[in-house]
Amino acid sequence: MLKNIAELKNKYRYAHILLKQLVITDFKLRYKGSALGYVWTLLRPLALFAILYIVFVYFLKIGAAVPHYAVYLLIGVVLWNYFVEVTMNGLSAIVGKGDLMRKLSFPRYVVVVAGSFSALINLSINLLVVALFMGINGTPFTFEALLIIPLIAELFIFGLGIAFLLSALYVRFRDINYIWEVVLQAGFYATPVLYPVSLVVTKSALAAKILLLNPVAQIIQDIRYVVVTHETVTISTLFHNQLFHLLPIAFVIGLLIFAGLYFKQRSPGFAEEI
Amino acid sequence: MSKDIAISVHHVSKSFKLPHEKIDSVKSLFVNPLNKNRKRYEEQHALKDITFDIPKGEFFGIVGRNGSGKSTLLKIIAGIYQPNQGSVSVQGRLVPFIELGVGFNPELTGRENVYLNGALLGFTKAEVEVKYDSIVEFAELERFMDQKLKNYSSGMQVRLAFSVATVLAESDVLLIDEVLAVGDADFQRKCFEYFKKIKKDKKTVIFVSHDMGAIREYCDRAVLIEKNKIVFEGTSDQTAKEYTRLFLPDVYKAQQNEKTKLKNKGKWGLGGASIESISFTKKVLTGADENLEIRVKIISQKEYPEGLIYGITIKNQQGEGLCGTNSRIIRQESKSRIGIGEVINLTWTVPNVFNEGRFIVEPAVSDPANMDVVAWWDDAADFRVINEQKTPYKIAPKIGLAVKS
Repeated sequence: MLKNIAELKNKYRYAHILLKQLVITDFKLRYKGSALGYVWTLLRPLALFAILYIVFVYFLKIGAAVPHYAVYLLIGVVLWNYFVEVTMNGLSAIVGKGDLMRKLSFPRYVVVVAGSFSALINLSINLLVVALFMGINGTPFTFEALLIIPLIAELFIFGLGIAFLLSALYVRFRDINYIWEVVLQAGFYATPVLYPVSLVVTKSALAAKILLLNPVAQIIQDIRYVVVTHETVTISTLFHNQLFHLLPIAFVIGLLIFAGLYFKQRSPGFAEEI
Repeated sequence: MSKDIAISVHHVSKSFKLPHEKIDSVKSLFVNPLNKNRKRYEEQHALKDITFDIPKGEFFGIVGRNGSGKSTLLKIIAGIYQPNQGSVSVQGRLVPFIELGVGFNPELTGRENVYLNGALLGFTKAEVEVKYDSIVEFAELERFMDQKLKNYSSGMQVRLAFSVATVLAESDVLLIDEVLAVGDADFQRKCFEYFKKIKKDKKTVIFVSHDMGAIREYCDRAVLIEKNKIVFEGTSDQTAKEYTRLFLPDVYKAQQNEKTKLKNKGKWGLGGASIESISFTKKVLTGADENLEIRVKIISQKEYPEGLIYGITIKNQQGEGLCGTNSRIIRQESKSRIGIGEVINLTWTVPNVFNEGRFIVEPAVSDPANMDVVAWWDDAADFRVINEQKTPYKIAPKIGLAVKS
């Protein structure tokens, strides 16, 4: 029994060492070879913000009704970009590390989790930039904004679940990356990233409800609600029964369990199938 | 599993599914959904019912031809592939040297790669840090550690990888797959020194190689894998011979079997004449002896109108042939008729060019008509040489020197 515990510890020790090193390496490699290096991690969201601000606030004037619309917009884009990155990282996690798979025996889930953490680090940096803008923009900081932590955790779990599923599927079906690109493209428009949900509500309340049950939409809206403005439309505003809020959360957890089991079942064969 | 067994391979079988048409797109799943029951792949057996135990501290060799399944077996022991049947259990920490420098990234510096590679082998940053200096020193790359790996020559990369693996890997079980095939002479010497060290440290090692010299020198025991099965298991010496036999023409194979040979005291051949005895005038030579004299007695059981060809081979203890010849090469072929039951006494005279050590003599007889081996006697006899002028070379002929000044 004691020996088993020691073995278990040893098993996770290796996974932990590996995870840490893979995330560090990934971070080091990200801007390797570019002149500005790590500065890009800050420059990219800044440039993005500038573009959004010019297009949406000056020319299109879409969200004039929403206070601090620029920050509102930026949060949506930053979170969506995270979702794209985490799922694309996940998709190629196993196949991209085929060389390692064929030569070493290690817990396969580590590379998928490492991909998710890399994206999470990037998200944290981006959120710091957002916080900076909130300061400049005059968006008030409240303690309520701390609720962003569980919401990001939910997004992380959702991204991880999809990453497990896609990475395992991609080993067998190489079309998955094209399919997933299309899904992301469609998802971008089906998620209220660039437009306020209030626009949808005026056309069809049902469509808005369905839209918000998508976990990414739910998370983006909830984060906007707690961080930027209470004018944000969330599940709580659209549904009378607050239990509906649990639906996307349940879906996220269910997906992680399903994807994790599928991954676990497929992973012994990765070395041969790649 | 008993306490003294480090690795136990128990009835392991492995086959790979080779699809006739690879179903790697979603479309092909939908195009033929009704055909699901049809077998769309071919089973290729890679290993069939492999069983062996390796006691702790043993240097164990695996030999076999290309494609016989050696690497698959190693990958199963390393846990990279899963066996279809059977099981493998390993006691203690295992480090696979299936390939050096796994995970090396050309965009990172040598230093960063050391930490990355260390992590892949299961070592924390702190653990690598402690040994970092000795890794660099062993690789002799002090000046290059802050350069990107892509600017390293391939030899430098191998050196770095090897030193990470060897300096860090204080594991109980090592799997080594042909790492010696790469690198220059200096590097190979380092590898062999490392082998001697791990052998001395009583580590359990599985060593896969085509180099029978290395197998003989380092392995205590070895198995031969042929056509996905273990066909021979024995001392490294026997197994190395059995491996060499794979490349012989078919006619000799039956008698060349190590088990049959053991029964026949090492004698094999098509028959027709037999080598009765072999002896030396002096079994222990010293530097003072000019020649080695070998006497061989042969009895023919058949009529040979063209006579017979007699041969002799002298090997060192590693089984490497040092010298040898036959009566045709030295133009001593008699070509006269040999009748049934005739006794032939041969005396070979070999100049004493031997270094110190023990040497093995193998006499042979062949048919002049087609050069078929009539009789061959493996490890027939051995003699010793004591040479005070011993050199690190394979032979030590008396080399003269005249100095004028």
